[in-house]
Amino acid sequence: MPTMTLAKAINAGLRDALAADEMVLLMGEDIGSLGGVYRVTEGLKAEFGEDRVVDSPLAESGIVGTSIGLSLRGYRPVDEIQFDGFVFPAFNQITTQLAKLHARSAGRLTVPVTIRIPYGGGIGSVEHHSESPEALFAHTAGLRIITPSNPHDGYWMTRRAIESDDPVIVFEPKRRYWLKGEVDTTDPGASTDPFRAHVVREGTDATVVAYGPLVPVALAAAEAATEDGHSVEVIDLRSLSPIDFDTITASVEKTGRLVVAHEAPTFGGLGGEIASRVSERAFLSLEAPVIRVGGFHMPYPVAKIEGQYLPDIDRILEALDRAFAY
Amino acid sequence: MAGHLPTTEFDDIPDELLDELESLSHERTEGHVNMVQLLDEEGRFHNGSHFSEHARSLSGEELRGLYREMAMIRRFDVEATALQRQGQLALWVPMRGQEAAQIGSGRATQPQDYIFPTYREHGVALTRGVELGELLRIFRGVSNGGWDPTETNFHLYTLVLAAQVPHAVGYAMALQRDAARAAAGGRDAGEPGAVVAYFGDGASSEGDVHESMVFAASFKAPVVFFCQNNQWAISVPAQVQSRIPLHNRAKGYGFPGLRVDGNDVLAVRAVTEWALERARSGKGPVLIEAYTYRQGAHTTADDPTKYRLSEEEQEWLAKDPVTRFEKFLRAEGHADDAFFADVAAEGDALAAKSRKDVLAFEPPNLAEAMGNVYAEWHPLVAEELAWHLEYESGFKDAEEANTSEGGH
Ligand SMILES: Cc1ncc(C[n+]2csc(CCOP(=O)(O)OP(=O)(O)O)c2C)c(N)n1
Ligand SMILES: [Mg+2]
Repeated sequence: MPTMTLAKAINAGLRDALAADEMVLLMGEDIGSLGGVYRVTEGLKAEFGEDRVVDSPLAESGIVGTSIGLSLRGYRPVDEIQFDGFVFPAFNQITTQLAKLHARSAGRLTVPVTIRIPYGGGIGSVEHHSESPEALFAHTAGLRIITPSNPHDGYWMTRRAIESDDPVIVFEPKRRYWLKGEVDTTDPGASTDPFRAHVVREGTDATVVAYGPLVPVALAAAEAATEDGHSVEVIDLRSLSPIDFDTITASVEKTGRLVVAHEAPTFGGLGGEIASRVSERAFLSLEAPVIRVGGFHMPYPVAKIEGQYLPDIDRILEALDRAFAY
Repeated sequence: MAGHLPTTEFDDIPDELLDELESLSHERTEGHVNMVQLLDEEGRFHNGSHFSEHARSLSGEELRGLYREMAMIRRFDVEATALQRQGQLALWVPMRGQEAAQIGSGRATQPQDYIFPTYREHGVALTRGVELGELLRIFRGVSNGGWDPTETNFHLYTLVLAAQVPHAVGYAMALQRDAARAAAGGRDAGEPGAVVAYFGDGASSEGDVHESMVFAASFKAPVVFFCQNNQWAISVPAQVQSRIPLHNRAKGYGFPGLRVDGNDVLAVRAVTEWALERARSGKGPVLIEAYTYRQGAHTTADDPTKYRLSEEEQEWLAKDPVTRFEKFLRAEGHADDAFFADVAAEGDALAAKSRKDVLAFEPPNLAEAMGNVYAEWHPLVAEELAWHLEYESGFKDAEEANTSEGGH
């Protein structure tokens, strides 16, 4: 099994999707000769030509809007939004059009558009390059939203997103683009269903749910918690819409405590949705309130202090301590 | 000729200039890009444009001032690039090659005008008196702003492409209203002002630019759209954004547009002064396309060898705005070796001061940033701030405990 970075794994997923289906095309800013600012599309224009890997005019609403039109004729456009903070010119097209056409047409129309968005912070960048806007999209019915935390998922989520007849947003954790891991491009294994959560570390005393960039952080926190004699289970959520509540509930029924961690601000974030559903489903199993770890209610801070804003091992351990204190 | 333009919208423009604008609307004649150019690549001045006379009226002092600022900003740009390479800045957005477009247009503004830059207008900032070290706060990652726009009428940088352009039109609409209210109240409105909206060839494709132009035309807002066509939007050539000369779009909205040699500081200054004066006198917007070249990388994180040829870069080096103007000043006897030596020394001093400023920036403070989210008290922010302070103080206590233990 080859070992590759997350960026290379997504690149391989895009390449194989382009090769498998002539209706697949990529659109975005600087994805051609440059191969994208993170080189995720590197080499694809050379291999498939500029009609399949399209350097579009610089307009996100145009990218997504024309992708909708293309998809109505059976094409499967895969759009790259250059950074999380630059998706908003396309917000209208995504939320009022892309998300709704299947419902509005009473199921007669499908719009299989994939939108790839590098997201999250921790890269020391300037404004608008480190945000986590996933809740804004998860709130919109009609969109499926997934986020890989490792290269194998990066490959298979890319493939599955493109194959899906629903619009899918893939949030790619940009600070993990260089994370290496084994990728089996012939057998998805547990990654077959991108909408299922994975228990990535088993434990008995508490559950930490994380996704995307924070999965390695949650795993490190669980490891550190063993020093205090705590056995912590870690769930990689993988899909943000739908959310696999069955897997989370089953874990909480076993451990009795839940901490949810994401980089996005906690207020109005997915942690709140998870806390609420879990308290409805497993109230009697809970030994403590569900505790969230996330960003503050403020614009993403400047690079020099993002370390104080982003959830880290200590912040997750502090939340676990609070859960254990009940 | 003049009949090609919808003359009702262009009543104020003399026929001779209308003809000049019309001829500019064609991309090229015989391999030559049609644009207002007063200084050729060798720095020779040419008469024959509507704008020649204006440029000729500048004093030796003013001419040397233009050179001085172009040289200073180039030196500053070199220093900022070095600071990034040395790890003192997270990122830098170089502007080398665009000195004439920025100094020429910035110098055409008056103090009461208001400027909306993108993220590359360091030269314009210099002409507005922004303390240049302050520009580096964003790139050192200590601030998302850095300077007080109300002091210089130079707005904060905007990194979301084209988002500042509608703000510029709205600001111009406010200037219009201010003047109307003053007139209605019999008050002196002061010097009329106008607004400059900067954006790039790439950003010109964003919907915000379209909507801005519609509003500006509809309300006849006193705004000058200043598009620096530096040929590239990161790796995408300008032809992807527009099949026709970009400035031709203006006609479709119902206001004049023109292309100027963005590497000719005299031409840029002349056309921008004309457009601003026209805007200030209530005749509405103008689109200026400054045809120039980004000589360096898009940012310090970019590698242009991936997408463009060095032959192209060499071609544009021959059109360099700073050396071109130096040739002009020398040939016309406006400046001598001593002047150029002085400017170089002044540039070094500016670079040294900027470096000193950067290294002395106070580190940012998360609590302070949280306090700035809202103008009025907000319970959630207050709660999270209290939590944050207590959480951080836990670490301090632990640290202190550690150090005192270590001291025993
Ligand atoms: C809405 C939005 N989309 C994408 C980006 C990413 N981006 C930053 S600069 C740039 C190219 C801009 O080109 P241009 O407008 O020509 O200005 P230049 O950088 O050449 O000065 C891109 C795509 C952004 N900042 N904002
Ligand atoms: Mg450009």
